[in-house]
Amino acid sequence: MSAYIIRRLLYAIPILIGVNALTFVLFFVVNSPDDMARMHLGGKRVTDQAIEAWKEDHGYNKPLLFNEAAAGTAALTDTILYEKSIKLFLFEFGQSDSGRDISEDISQRMWPSLAIAVPTLLVGLAINITFALLLAFFRATYLDFWGVVICVAMMSISSLFYIIGGQFLVGKLLNLVPISGYDTGLHAWKFMILPVIVGVIGGIGSGTRWYRTLFLEEIHRDYVRSARAKGLSEHWVLFRHVLRNALIPILTGVVVVLPLLFIGSLLVESFFGIPGLGSYTIDAINNQDFAIVRAMVFLGAVLYIIGLLLTDISYTIADPRVRLD
Amino acid sequence: MSSIEAAMHKVQTPAEPLLAVDALTTHLGSQAHPVRAVDGVSFEIRRGETFVLLGESGCGKSMIALSIMRLLPHTGRIVGGDVKLDGKSLRALSEADMRAERGGRVGMIFQEPMTSLNPVITVGEQVAEAVRLHDPDSRERVAARVVELFRAVGIPDPDKRVGEYPHQLSGGMKQRVMIAMALAGRPEVLIADEPTTALDVTIQAQVLDLLKDLQRETGMGILLITHDLGVVAEMADRVGVMYAGQILETNDAERFFDRPRHPYSRKLFRSLPKAEKRSEGLDVIAGIVPPLDQAFTHCRFADRCELAFDACRTTLPPWRGGDADGFRCHLEADEVRDQDAPLAPAASDRHGDDTALLDVSGLKMHFPIHKGVLRRVVGHVKAVDGLDLKIPTARTVALVGESGCGKTTVGKAILQLHRPTAGRVEFDGVDLAHVRGAELRRLRRDFQIIFQDPASSMNPRMLVEDIVAEGMVAQGIGGNRAERRRKVEQLLEQVGMQAQAANRYPHEFSGGQRQRIAIARALALEPRLIVCDEPTSALDVSVQAQVLNLLRDLQRELGISYLFITHNISVVAYLAHEVAVMYLGRIVEYGAVEAVLQHPKHPYTEALLSAVPVPDPDHERAVIRLEGDMPSPVNPPSGCHFHPRCPQAVAKCRESYPDTVTLSSGRRVACWLASEGQRGD
Amino acid sequence: MAFQPVILWTDALVYLLLVLIGLMVWYTRRHEHLLTPWRRVSGSRTGQATMVVLGFYIAVGLMDTLHFNPQTGVDDAGKPIYSTEVLSVFDVVAGPLRTQREKTYSAPFATHLFSKENVQTADGRMERIFPRLQYGGAHLDASGAGKLADIVQKGAIGAAQGVVAWALLILLLNKLRIGRIRDLLAGRRPQPWHVGAWTALAMFAFVGALWELSGYYHVLGTDKVGEDVFFQSLKSIRTGLIIGTLTTLVMLPAAILLGIMAGYFRGWVDDVIQYLYTTLNSIPGVLLIAAAVLMMQIYMSNNADQFNSLTERADLRLLFLCLILGVTSWTGLCRLLRGEALKLRELEYVQAARAFGVNHFRILVRHVLPNVMHIVLITVVLDFSGLVLAEAVLSYISIGVDPATNSWGNMINGARLELAREPVVWWSLLAAFTFMFTLVLAANLFSDVVRDAFDPRLREQR
Repeated sequence: MSAYIIRRLLYAIPILIGVNALTFVLFFVVNSPDDMARMHLGGKRVTDQAIEAWKEDHGYNKPLLFNEAAAGTAALTDTILYEKSIKLFLFEFGQSDSGRDISEDISQRMWPSLAIAVPTLLVGLAINITFALLLAFFRATYLDFWGVVICVAMMSISSLFYIIGGQFLVGKLLNLVPISGYDTGLHAWKFMILPVIVGVIGGIGSGTRWYRTLFLEEIHRDYVRSARAKGLSEHWVLFRHVLRNALIPILTGVVVVLPLLFIGSLLVESFFGIPGLGSYTIDAINNQDFAIVRAMVFLGAVLYIIGLLLTDISYTIADPRVRLD
Repeated sequence: MSSIEAAMHKVQTPAEPLLAVDALTTHLGSQAHPVRAVDGVSFEIRRGETFVLLGESGCGKSMIALSIMRLLPHTGRIVGGDVKLDGKSLRALSEADMRAERGGRVGMIFQEPMTSLNPVITVGEQVAEAVRLHDPDSRERVAARVVELFRAVGIPDPDKRVGEYPHQLSGGMKQRVMIAMALAGRPEVLIADEPTTALDVTIQAQVLDLLKDLQRETGMGILLITHDLGVVAEMADRVGVMYAGQILETNDAERFFDRPRHPYSRKLFRSLPKAEKRSEGLDVIAGIVPPLDQAFTHCRFADRCELAFDACRTTLPPWRGGDADGFRCHLEADEVRDQDAPLAPAASDRHGDDTALLDVSGLKMHFPIHKGVLRRVVGHVKAVDGLDLKIPTARTVALVGESGCGKTTVGKAILQLHRPTAGRVEFDGVDLAHVRGAELRRLRRDFQIIFQDPASSMNPRMLVEDIVAEGMVAQGIGGNRAERRRKVEQLLEQVGMQAQAANRYPHEFSGGQRQRIAIARALALEPRLIVCDEPTSALDVSVQAQVLNLLRDLQRELGISYLFITHNISVVAYLAHEVAVMYLGRIVEYGAVEAVLQHPKHPYTEALLSAVPVPDPDHERAVIRLEGDMPSPVNPPSGCHFHPRCPQAVAKCRESYPDTVTLSSGRRVACWLASEGQRGD
Repeated sequence: MAFQPVILWTDALVYLLLVLIGLMVWYTRRHEHLLTPWRRVSGSRTGQATMVVLGFYIAVGLMDTLHFNPQTGVDDAGKPIYSTEVLSVFDVVAGPLRTQREKTYSAPFATHLFSKENVQTADGRMERIFPRLQYGGAHLDASGAGKLADIVQKGAIGAAQGVVAWALLILLLNKLRIGRIRDLLAGRRPQPWHVGAWTALAMFAFVGALWELSGYYHVLGTDKVGEDVFFQSLKSIRTGLIIGTLTTLVMLPAAILLGIMAGYFRGWVDDVIQYLYTTLNSIPGVLLIAAAVLMMQIYMSNNADQFNSLTERADLRLLFLCLILGVTSWTGLCRLLRGEALKLRELEYVQAARAFGVNHFRILVRHVLPNVMHIVLITVVLDFSGLVLAEAVLSYISIGVDPATNSWGNMINGARLELAREPVVWWSLLAAFTFMFTLVLAANLFSDVVRDAFDPRLREQR
């Protein structure tokens, strides 16, 4: 098992190199730093001096790959590739284009993200599994049929609708909780509740339907027949035999997104004014702050790979058949 | 037994059927177009009795079991008749009451032990569930009771096994767990639906023995469902023969084997492959089972019956004889006889020259096992581990062994579908293991393969014409499209199909027909060797006979050699000239088929042969019980691979692998006992 | 009107898609086993109803894809001069819908603007009133009296026209045979075509009524700059369809090729391909899209002179969005196909083909590809609705389609701030959500039907 984990971690290295190379190409080769500077300074009539000054300010004034002017290893390290890309491996994200310390920002902003994302995930999971079990228990009845129809209808609604609708209904018409904003400490609940509810409702349609499919797939297996042949009641069969097996794909599907909870939801956070990493990213995109976007891409990839690893490990815990080596 | 007890025993048994199935009718599918899976079936089982339902696939025998248990799939429903357990109707019970009977007084075990246990719950807990439900006396000591049950079904080391998961057990052990689960409720009736079909013969023998022992101890009635006449002979007190949803004949087992009365039963016997039938060929049942989505107004076997006359095709046949020993036919018992003239003896075997067409020596097929951070190779699955085999022209060499012995891998390695790890595969003087690319592709013409499962051996999206012609196209032979088409039609006729079949898709044909198409496909390249990988084990007996006849006739006409890979000994006896017995990647015994089957020299061969159930209840057989399962090919036992299970193992067997001894007439045995002459003839 | 046809990049790809679909239909019709699952689709009531709804959307989308430059005049040499404005056939059909602009917001069916304005009255006083709309309900008198009765009347006329159109269509499709039509409508055909026919009737009547009314009113109101919301919603259909279909079209070749190659060849080919998609997959999709779109924006703004017109630029941006969405979404299908190919390569018919000496390429084409096509089809249909929804979200984060392109996302983005107004401007949002919901719901239901029809494993479970 530990050998497996080490191997997977080693395997993560080429993947992160790949991610890094891709972002490097995307951010520095497709458009030169000059282009970026011109973009930021606005339009075409920008003097060369202004461009140089901007590049100087933001550390883009070095050669891309190889610094002929520098001596020794500095020829390799005093470059954009090293400063802006390779340092990501050390989680040194540097400064954003607006001059803030990205690492500092991230460490502060991940907590509000978690405060929204974790309850959304847990509550959603509980509700979706409950509904799916209900539909599976009443399979091939009208309840099941209409349940599925409602699920399909709910997943056909844009997530923007849930957010805007929720804000409008709860915040504006009923005036129950503030529409947006955030507070520290325990007072945060007032601001958390609406985004969580909206997030949960938005996920019910697809979640319930997907879990129902998993349950039904298990219900048709041979071992369920033998469990029934033992004389077990239908709900016992469902809760003990079917649920145990269906939980394996459900749990592992959840585990893979766990690390990504740090990043939070881009949409929900920006709509509800939550100062998390999601809105951080959106703001960066809107302000065309490439340093932040680059950092988030790398961070996202790292978290995804951790998620994959956790998934594999959770398989060994949830499923006695799986052994990693 | 005291005389009083004996008297009571006599009075009790005939009077009270334990389980009475009366005119049971079960439909599947929509109300408008139901499939009549079970159509008015009646039978009775008494205490301590084994009633066997014998039938080919799709005849509805499993549906009877599920109807009794009321566990039908949700498209199925019982539409008529009744099932009485000890005089009480099971059909009338509420679902809650029925649950008390399920796993209580009626236990059931299924065909597939591999999938019938919940993979994420320990086997002990799965049995404990049944104990808690049905055994109020053991509530206090569930764990102990579970161990007791494990011991009762012969699971070694039960204290340890209860904590294991299904995937840690072998197939035979899993089936024992299933039986323990069924026994937990101390059932009066045990329904066993093909309980040994997925198991190897040596394991099958163990499980069947276990069932008999348990029955003797508990006096339960057993409803055994099977397609295997050998199992019937082994187990049955009484037999019911099923065909297309109906019982065609019931009788005492002894009388049934002595004199089957229904034409279908008789045909079944005549289509069984046996050594004695080598010269004459097997009887076949023409045609296919009629679809069950119709209401029959005539005998459902009439279309395939050689004795059928007008009445058979217009009116339903009457039930002749009593409930317990009757049959359903328009003919009286003495009118039913085998009318057909004995099959014309086919041309005798062509004797090829004895030079080997295929010469395999030292063949090894090792699959590496990777482990650790750097995926280093830490071991090998030695699927084939040093195998020598010669196949002469126009002869059939059978490769026999249980699942996991590596026989299928041998076939693929010979065909270079897997590249062998070591060894030579010399075909007509060319070592195939060292030929690659286009050169190998060209050589492939001469050796072809027929697979086990006719359902997956043909691309469902191609026309039969394209399937049969595929090889010709790949080899660039057979001329233009029209010429190839003519050749395809000719090949189809050669295997007994109509030329029009070329325009249809594989799924439009039955299993036996598809296997013929597969043979036609192999023949298209005029190969000199065909590897037949279990070509009949997915087929029913009557269909198997057609395929075996075809293969034999083709060999005699065309002089093709076969490597016949199988686990079915009776097929070997019928078809093969030489036989090689494999155990754990090596051949343990090789020789002419009569010699090996009649006088096995290796203890494994002996045990294997003794475990095969023979369709003759009078056959006295002493099964040589093999302990345990075949070891893993990753680290085979030291010394002789077979020694841990060998009843005759001596000290030397543990130390080193025996040399192969060549006895008279090319007979080879790898056993210390044989080489020391202790067992020589 | 003289014109000069214009084929934008996305237009060309749509035509390519049509050709491919045409080929598929032609090929399928000649192969019974390929036709069978489609029969199951048309044999489903849900399938019938959703196909009709989707048909309406597709018809609008296709009309909106035929682009041209209208002629504005003739130069001295007598050669026609064409406008640089790119119009579509749909613009022509919609006619007044496109051109009749109000000043600013007006509610659905309104006759007056939504907000008060200072207007100089005839006697020179300044008055704060709701000004009369220029086009909406212009045929009514100044106060807009009798509107309700007029709406009902116009609606009924429109519905009647729709019914007539429907009847003509049914007559033509059934070659004027009354008996056939009677069987059809009574549901006496073996397939439930009557469900489709009745749904079509409802749709025709509804669309007919809307269309007729839209000639006199702004049935869904107008937006901030006074543009008809109904027209915007209809124009957005093309964008939604393009994103939903072209994205899969551009990603399919890579996904199919790499997927089956990885599964079939295994070994280092598999390693490389797996590495490729794991790497791409490990970047959260939104961020990859954001990064790519940002870079494209820079490129476009720095090289603005390379584009002939705004339309062309918006179109290229749409195409680029499809490409980048394709890059992020091919991995799922690729992995699915790899798994399937791994299974297929061990199947006996593939082994048999190898035993015949059939070469790898031919095995891939003849044995592997045809047996994974149902998966490809199911994925394509399933992905569609997700992509349509994604467009709205991306446009909201301003990494979606060009702001000049009509799309539901842009409509929502433009209107969401107006929710804060008192009273609320709700119609743009509601129109966009309704149009999107109808399309996505129909697509979701349809994809369920397709999956059930094509997935043999599911069928066994029923």
